[in-house]
Amino acid sequence: MLIAQVLNGVQYGLLLFLISAGLTLIFGVLGMINLAHGSLFMVGAYLAFAVVRAGAPLWVALPAAVLAGVALGTLLERGLFRWFREREHLDQVLLTFALILLFEEARAALFGNAFHGVAVPAALDFSVPVTADFSYSAYRLAVLGACLLVAAGLFFVLERTRVGAAVRAAAERPEMLELLGMDARRIHTLVFAAGTALAMLAGALAAPLYSVYPNMGEGFLIISFVVVIVGGPGSVAGAFWTALLVGMVDTLGKAYLPEVAGLAVYVLMAAVLLWRPTGLFARA
Amino acid sequence: MEVAGRRGHAVMGLVAVALAFLPFWASGYALQLTSNALVAAMFALSLQLLVGGAGLVSLGHAAFFGIGAYVLFLLPSPLSILATLPMAALSAGLTALVVGAFAVRTQKFYFLMVTLAFGQMLFFLFHDTALGGGKDGVFVTRPALSLLGWEYAVPRRDRPAVSLWLNLAVLTGLYALCAWFMGTLYGRALQGIRANEHRMRALGFDTNRLKLGAFALAGACAGIAGHQAAMTEAFVNPDMLGWHRSAEALLMILLGGIGALHGPIIGAFAYVGLAEVAQIITERQRLVQGVVILAAVLVLRRGIAGLWRRAA
Repeated sequence: MLIAQVLNGVQYGLLLFLISAGLTLIFGVLGMINLAHGSLFMVGAYLAFAVVRAGAPLWVALPAAVLAGVALGTLLERGLFRWFREREHLDQVLLTFALILLFEEARAALFGNAFHGVAVPAALDFSVPVTADFSYSAYRLAVLGACLLVAAGLFFVLERTRVGAAVRAAAERPEMLELLGMDARRIHTLVFAAGTALAMLAGALAAPLYSVYPNMGEGFLIISFVVVIVGGPGSVAGAFWTALLVGMVDTLGKAYLPEVAGLAVYVLMAAVLLWRPTGLFARA
Repeated sequence: MEVAGRRGHAVMGLVAVALAFLPFWASGYALQLTSNALVAAMFALSLQLLVGGAGLVSLGHAAFFGIGAYVLFLLPSPLSILATLPMAALSAGLTALVVGAFAVRTQKFYFLMVTLAFGQMLFFLFHDTALGGGKDGVFVTRPALSLLGWEYAVPRRDRPAVSLWLNLAVLTGLYALCAWFMGTLYGRALQGIRANEHRMRALGFDTNRLKLGAFALAGACAGIAGHQAAMTEAFVNPDMLGWHRSAEALLMILLGGIGALHGPIIGAFAYVGLAEVAQIITERQRLVQGVVILAAVLVLRRGIAGLWRRAA
């Protein structure tokens, strides 16, 4: 049983990473908080639901979610977020809160308010024997692998490419971009589009595991905020390790101490805030 | 943030008197609606102490509102309002003091995320555990209106009217408290923090301690608002602690005007009125709410109170 819970924890943590990586980068580079990030996750999940309902295989939804995420993210950044960078926090918070309401309304209009299951793809609908007397869902393993691949790709881009270097510079010192003579606005659009694509991809991957339902992004949004806070805003490496930690604490807590599990991650957050108020992986 | 002058307060007093006469001609439904607006105004006003007062945007403020409400559930029932109201303020204020101790060490958006996370933690505490009587909410007994052994048993028929008068009195008291507070050196120091925290620190103010005090006071005021909400509805549920309610209060502040202490009161009435109109026109509440927020953020940058000033 323990090994199943540990695998569940890793898989949940990696999904959290896909969501919180975008959140932390948008926070670090644009200096903005996107409360609608959870809604983007939901859009990805409903996209997968729509694709499967239309009779297409689930794997079609994954590139579709990424492409739609890039398009939607570009649109949101160019059309709305760009104009709010210099505004008061209150305006930014309410702008993204309004987006949540509009996304939810669109969801209700298109899909109604019922829970919908999304079938696991037939090719992955079996269990993999892990030990002699224990086997694990192949789809969950595939999600785990896919998230690891995406994470590896993300770290490669951030650490080994020029664009990645610019993004890292911007996350650490936003004024660096201008000093380096780069067009900050293009980096902003890029980061926002990538963050949206990651959240939507996470949603599409998660749809068969959690099914799709109203307000499904909210729980993930709040936990992702905890990940960003604990990991240190702007730090993708921080988000990665913290997401795994939070995923593990939450999953093991729910399995072994169900009465207090809901609070476990917040206690973790409080402890980190006491110890290192700027997060585990923050520089200063 | 401005506190209205003598003329502004005279206008507010006239409006309050007009509201106090509502029970003599308006329907029970209208009275109920006015009570809702008054409670919303109390809550938005308590948040304005942080937002307009110290420049702190909190998304966890509803947790203190909810705790104030749940005090009526957690306390043994036949108690006087003179005991429950201070208990609500005290419990909410102490909780805010603990949350604030973590939150005020952080800055800007970080503060927002931390308050959001702690607010949701308290939400889950009442939503998931047996402490709060379940996730669907519970009915509570209204506290008795008693003073020195003399008790006023409110006849069922008069309940909406008495609720309205009581809420009006509590809102007036809260507003007077906030207006006085913003005029003290403490209040002015908070304004200084909002304008430039570094400078205030350089001047020798312990800004974290000042912010913590404001956070606890605002929490206690939110607790009073929550107490009044529970008393008006005779019902509490975990959604009272949820962050959507905090965001709604932020919207009321923006609608009414972030630059004035009375802004959130105007905003609360505007918001409750808009929601009522929206309900008549369409089923799609969220669409209306979302569009109103977008419009407020894009167009009405200084709120309704700001329009007034532009006209004057």
